[in-house]
Amino acid sequence: MRKVKKDLVVIGGGPAGLAAAKTAYDDGIKDVMILERDFELGGILPQCIHNGFGLHHFKEELTGPEYAQRFINDVEERDIEVKLDTMVLDVTKERKVYAMNKKEGFLEIEAKAVVLAMGCRERTSGAIGIPGTRPAGVLTAGTAQRYTNIEGFVPGKEVVILGSGDIGLIMARRMKLEGADVKAVCELLPYTGGLTRNVVQCLEDYDIPLMLNHTVTAIKGEGRLEAVEISEVDENLKPIPETAKTIKADTLLLSVGLIPENELSKKADVVLDERTGGPIVNEGRETNIEGIFACGNVLHVHDLVDWVTEESQIAGKHAAKYIKDNYEKTGSCAELKAGENVSYVIPQKIELEAGDRKRIPLYMRVSTPLTAVDINLYADGEKLYSFSEPFAKPGEMISVPLAQKTLDDLGNVDEIKVDIIEKEGN
Amino acid sequence: MIETKTLTCVACPKGCEVTVEYEGDEIIEIKGNACPQGQSYAEEEIVAPTRILPTTIKVKNGALALCPVKTTKQIPLENMFEAMEIIGNKVIEAPISMGDVLIENILDTGADIVATRDMPAEIK
Repeated sequence: MRKVKKDLVVIGGGPAGLAAAKTAYDDGIKDVMILERDFELGGILPQCIHNGFGLHHFKEELTGPEYAQRFINDVEERDIEVKLDTMVLDVTKERKVYAMNKKEGFLEIEAKAVVLAMGCRERTSGAIGIPGTRPAGVLTAGTAQRYTNIEGFVPGKEVVILGSGDIGLIMARRMKLEGADVKAVCELLPYTGGLTRNVVQCLEDYDIPLMLNHTVTAIKGEGRLEAVEISEVDENLKPIPETAKTIKADTLLLSVGLIPENELSKKADVVLDERTGGPIVNEGRETNIEGIFACGNVLHVHDLVDWVTEESQIAGKHAAKYIKDNYEKTGSCAELKAGENVSYVIPQKIELEAGDRKRIPLYMRVSTPLTAVDINLYADGEKLYSFSEPFAKPGEMISVPLAQKTLDDLGNVDEIKVDIIEKEGN
Repeated sequence: MIETKTLTCVACPKGCEVTVEYEGDEIIEIKGNACPQGQSYAEEEIVAPTRILPTTIKVKNGALALCPVKTTKQIPLENMFEAMEIIGNKVIEAPISMGDVLIENILDTGADIVATRDMPAEIK
């Protein structure tokens, strides 16, 4: 077994890993290695050929491959070691990373710091349990995206999509443009899980019906999918049998959620947050295991890659600080709490010494769609400040800045709570 | 007849709800946009909606079978399927670099079709 030592090991060469590696390198850590299981860098972005990326980070609109290419070029311009076709099998809390590839066999890499950037994966048909047969033609929206955009096979001609997550909406348009008849997008909930702009550009532009409060109640077909039965659901999300109708289809795409991929994190004894499915982190994106950081979709599922980049820069910067040994914890720790209508807040705790930062961005999601809201922050029960937004939707992450000065003025706080409330009279 | 339409601006991911009052092709009032992009989006949306078209093009001797491409600017929504057919009938030889112009002035829209990534030649 080959043994090597590295300052920083980044697991995953998608947008999170690339940004973390680049930032740590630019902050003085030159001994960086990226481990990627695919044959190229970029993560999921190369198959996200649509536009809409980069508006926050680059202030211009890019496609997924373009966004990835910029970071790939950045990494290639630097002396960052990249191992492709390399599968990481184990990570220990002592920061030993075990990986293998065809060329070198089994590797042990001892790292001063590790950034977990493994991303997420899709929930599959097995996870949602649809009654009926199990024919070919039932696949996740992301798999269909890979077939269509990378491999060059459009997976069907008559399509129904279950779930209105962004990948489902994007694939509705994509398959329509490739000549398929996209019959409907069914969403169990009374609102879409995707970005509003995707509902407009992908469904409304092409007259694809969005059927809210609907779900697939049966899969029909031997060998190949022949039809799906869809039904309306009641307010308890239970299908109403008399509303059932059959739609002829050879393809059912599932866009029913993403799960952070944390098998490796668990091996390193990293504690996960059951709400996000990702590690519990402080504002430097350090997990409970010293020197192990997490960023991107492995930490919590993002809707915009721009926020992945911002978060990964934070992780890369703090990993670099940690390696340079000028990384101090205050000893006290403020817990971030998700209050009314907030499903989660990242980071879950604030425990680092201030340093040179001006503000800490708090990432959060609402648990239900709201209009005309006040976003309120409280420190140990006392209101810190609040500001207004015209609306808040579960599909769109909210970034709330917490100023360093506010924190400094507070001194020791045990709890910072955020709630998001609709204004009175609304 | 004066009509009112509520649009979701797609100029950025913020997704402002913009209300437009118009008569035929004439805009009377635009409300609800947070920035000037919303103003021009709403105007265009009423008169003639346009979009960027992202798709793929077939590649010969490439590391992958397809290369992602896009239009360099927005083209009319009504031209999408015609543009897809032109792009679908074309095969490009690798290697390709991001930004390479693969089809010029598609359908006289003034937009070129450009590669959105590097596509190296097939690894043998």
